[in-house]
Amino acid sequence: MGLELIPISRPAPGSGGLTGTWRTLKPLVDLAKCIDCGICWLYCPEAVIDWEKGKKISIDYAYCKGCGICAHECPVKAIEMAPEET
Amino acid sequence: MLSIPASCASVVQGLGPKSGIGMPLLNVPFASAASVATGIAEAFKQLGVKGRAVVWAGDGGTADIGFAAVSAAAERNSDVLYVMYDNEAYMNTGIQRSSETPKYAWTTTTPAYAGGKKEQKKDVALIMLAHGAPYVATANIAYPQDLYRKLKRAAEIEGFKFIHLFAPCPPGWSFDPSLTVEVARKAVETGYWILWEYDDGVFKLNPPSTIYADKSKRRPLKEYLKLQGRFAHLTDEQIAELEKEIDKRWDTVLKLAKAFGK
Repeated sequence: MGLELIPISRPAPGSGGLTGTWRTLKPLVDLAKCIDCGICWLYCPEAVIDWEKGKKISIDYAYCKGCGICAHECPVKAIEMAPEET
Repeated sequence: MLSIPASCASVVQGLGPKSGIGMPLLNVPFASAASVATGIAEAFKQLGVKGRAVVWAGDGGTADIGFAAVSAAAERNSDVLYVMYDNEAYMNTGIQRSSETPKYAWTTTTPAYAGGKKEQKKDVALIMLAHGAPYVATANIAYPQDLYRKLKRAAEIEGFKFIHLFAPCPPGWSFDPSLTVEVARKAVETGYWILWEYDDGVFKLNPPSTIYADKSKRRPLKEYLKLQGRFAHLTDEQIAELEKEIDKRWDTVLKLAKAFGK
């Protein structure tokens, strides 16, 4: 089809490389404190937080850039930003 | 199918032919996004393809450089969903002022020693409303459920849909990235940003802005400004002047809600 002649970009993981290497601060989650509310999942601008009600959260560090929005928005301060080891 | 003109989004998406955005996209010249999307919408119709033409463009690519094309697409009532994410300057080229930069804000082309920007912010959403577009709304990244609902609603409507999305820029506004949602939320809580939507002839405020129609419920504007380095040079008199301008904006929006409410 004609549409295929146009340089269309298509969804694929890692289109910007492993952007987790840009990180200087790393979000560390205390799952004992986590109340399973999903607010960090909602606000993560990179969509690297996985959340399923009842299973709490996990962070994909391959792409997390360490912006710290999750730690700032967490209502129970269950996420701490720790300096990345070099 | 998404059209993205030159903007921060054309960087964020990653390197072609891959994209980090969950739909196929085309990178198009700065001024052309609304026209390209019109063409895509027409092609979909002609080819019988089930698809939607969406534009994701910045404030520079919409309110300045792309404005003639946006206005024309609205006038044609092209079947396009246009989202203008507004970070209030040309951010990916190095923080140059746009017509969406607010008064007195620092940018590299409106330096603080010269008093920041002299002109006020252009209200693009109201201009699109005046075009007679069937759906126009404002949104804010601190309220993703509201944005989600508006995108879903807009997608159901045939014709030109416009969403003006407030999106703070940490380096451009000089604040720590962890505060991005906080800054956006403060914009609504101080009354600086008003959430509203115009749908099928009805104009209404959306929560939580409905609360802030009552001026006494708003937080002092200073709480929003002090989080950002771009306003660090402002005097108390200038802040008071900005607060008066916000009152005027509210006055307009409340009058519209009264005139076109249900």
